[in-house]
Amino acid sequence: MSETSKTVKGDESPKTEKADTTEPAAAPVTVAPADDPTGAPVAVVDPRLLVREEGLKGYLTEFKRRVKGGELGSLPVVAGLIIIWTIFQVKNSLFLSAANLSNISYFLAATGMLAIGLVFVLLLGEIDLSVGSVSGLASTVFAVFVVNHGMNQWLALILTIITGIGIGALHGWFFAKIGVPAFVVTLAGFLGWNGLMLWLLGSSGTINIPADSGPVKLLGQSSFFMDQAIIGAYLLAGLGVVLSALGQFNEQRRRRAAGVPFRPTSEIVVRVALLAIASFAAAAVLNNAAGVSNALVIFLASLVIVDFVLRRTTYGRKVFAVGGGIEAARRAGISVPMVRITVFAISGGFAAIGGMFFAGQTASATLNAGGGNTLMLAIAAAVIGGTSLFGGRGSVWSALLGMLVIQSIQTGLDLLNMNTSIQYMITGGVLLGAVVIDSVSRKSQKAAGRG
Amino acid sequence: MPHAPPRLITKRGIPAGQAAKEMVHVSATPVLALRGVSKRFGAVQALTDVELEVHAGEVVALVGDNGAGKSTLVKTIAGVHPIDEGVIEWEGNPVNINKPHDAQGLGVATVYQDLALCDNLDVVGNLFLGRELLHRGVIDEVTMEKRSRELLSTLSIRIPSVRIPIASLSGGQRQVVAIARALIGDPKVVILDEPTAALGVEQTAQVLDLVERLRERNLAVILISHNMADVKAVADTVAVLRLGKNNGFFPVKSTSQEEIIAAITGATDNAVTRRSERRTPEAAK
Repeated sequence: MSETSKTVKGDESPKTEKADTTEPAAAPVTVAPADDPTGAPVAVVDPRLLVREEGLKGYLTEFKRRVKGGELGSLPVVAGLIIIWTIFQVKNSLFLSAANLSNISYFLAATGMLAIGLVFVLLLGEIDLSVGSVSGLASTVFAVFVVNHGMNQWLALILTIITGIGIGALHGWFFAKIGVPAFVVTLAGFLGWNGLMLWLLGSSGTINIPADSGPVKLLGQSSFFMDQAIIGAYLLAGLGVVLSALGQFNEQRRRRAAGVPFRPTSEIVVRVALLAIASFAAAAVLNNAAGVSNALVIFLASLVIVDFVLRRTTYGRKVFAVGGGIEAARRAGISVPMVRITVFAISGGFAAIGGMFFAGQTASATLNAGGGNTLMLAIAAAVIGGTSLFGGRGSVWSALLGMLVIQSIQTGLDLLNMNTSIQYMITGGVLLGAVVIDSVSRKSQKAAGRG
Repeated sequence: MPHAPPRLITKRGIPAGQAAKEMVHVSATPVLALRGVSKRFGAVQALTDVELEVHAGEVVALVGDNGAGKSTLVKTIAGVHPIDEGVIEWEGNPVNINKPHDAQGLGVATVYQDLALCDNLDVVGNLFLGRELLHRGVIDEVTMEKRSRELLSTLSIRIPSVRIPIASLSGGQRQVVAIARALIGDPKVVILDEPTAALGVEQTAQVLDLVERLRERNLAVILISHNMADVKAVADTVAVLRLGKNNGFFPVKSTSQEEIIAAITGATDNAVTRRSERRTPEAAK
């Protein structure tokens, strides 16, 4: 299981749910309402609802209609990836080599962790501008614990993550309880936590962290899943495919038993086959280079867990509800301040974890950790991946999809020896482009009655 | 001018025979009763000694001009504003309703005018928002979807799909979803605040049908409306509020629209009557 496999999976997932919703329409049900005095059977399905035609053509027309309606899903990401990969491959034939793709897969994990936290905040329709600074501070706090105080690395890791969670909760408290706009609170955090990091680093400027054991070694550039065993990557790919198949067939069985629309077996087989092709191809490519980096494995595992929390637990439902309508959420008995504070705490926690990934990359805490364009890249990744800036819409897989695009650009520009100045301009342009796509698609969603 | 509404009678004053006719489907003890309820906001006496009774299987329309205290009254029942004086009785026993949670716990479901649905969630998600069904600690989408479909079909609610986001529903469909949502918690009293205010002809009919189905399910319904046609169509009893006080209870079947409007506006005490009163002595001179 690797990034390309996820591309396909994430690409499919929005379709999944929508396909479900049209299912009842495909087989119009008529029932006699229990206590309708007239007793005449009433079609449960609204006759005005467009029905997806059978077969491949049906999917195609459905897809066209959805794009027109502004429900772009993963389309911008896929299109962006194809364009970016083509351009860089033409400019430098090394770009699509196994080594470089493996490189991309390793480096996307760190910023990707920040993007996961940001997805939570964006789902509320808010923004957290402090994640870059908090990640930098986290790597420094960790280094100070380990190097200056001689603390056990794992204990230091836990304390560092708790620090990040605490910082996020503090931002959330100012936002939820005091009523300060989130972007101002986190803008203050952006500067303040960066200042604290510089103060902790003091005059030395850099603290080197011993990378012979512990989390820093685990997240390092030469740390691979199952010590580069060839079977490792295929095990991961197989695990992902089997779990996905089991989950989908289980869902189908339960839905069939409950008498609600379910996905046909043929569709499940096609989806699982696509996932299998993509994930085993990715595994083969990564094996061709050095193997699957542990950083990527941890990132993917986090995505699976967080996706589960957001879609399958009451907490996740609360986050979506607050993002979709504060008043509705409050009337439903949801504690809006609690959701806000915890969401910012989660963002802070993931920022701290991301900071550990950065520390793992260089085995040090440096002055410019989490600075520069880190924040922009994380926000751009979440938005490019399809999480709306306006709240209530999105998925954590957008962190992975967006990071694929962003890291491809970064790696490509590095490969072409572009100056930092050019990199900044391009990153800024990409972020603006992503937000423009988000805004335009929201507009056409409104026009299509889905805003 | 003669005192206009001859049938201006208090609830308890309904003649026995008529009351029996009205109460065919109505239980003896009201589900919810307000006795002498008063509410002040600073210097404003919003409600003064208000009485109200709702029985199971009865639709009580609460009418009155703007500022008559309808919304305040509903909010005291819903627990948004605790009452200052008086007693709220639930199935004959006095209860304290100090916060919305208390009211929900008793079985009062309120559908506010602004509906308060989450646009980004689908119909199932909205129906079960805040009380999701769990299956081994995980949201049980399958059972929730099944129950939603059952509920919507027993109410004859027609929406394209239960998996469609609220944003893509029309105003009338949102209204019926909001009402259906109130029924998920098995309430005994449903309060509808202006359910037809923003709806077209067909959608209004749908909502009124739905109100009748609530009555058939033996729920007590309090319906706030400015629309006399709606009130005449579905309500059993009309409770009129005027300037924060009761201004009569009318059985709908035997009361004309004009009588209700007279009670709402205080027809015997308006600019025209006051003017004619002023004029009469002048003319006499």
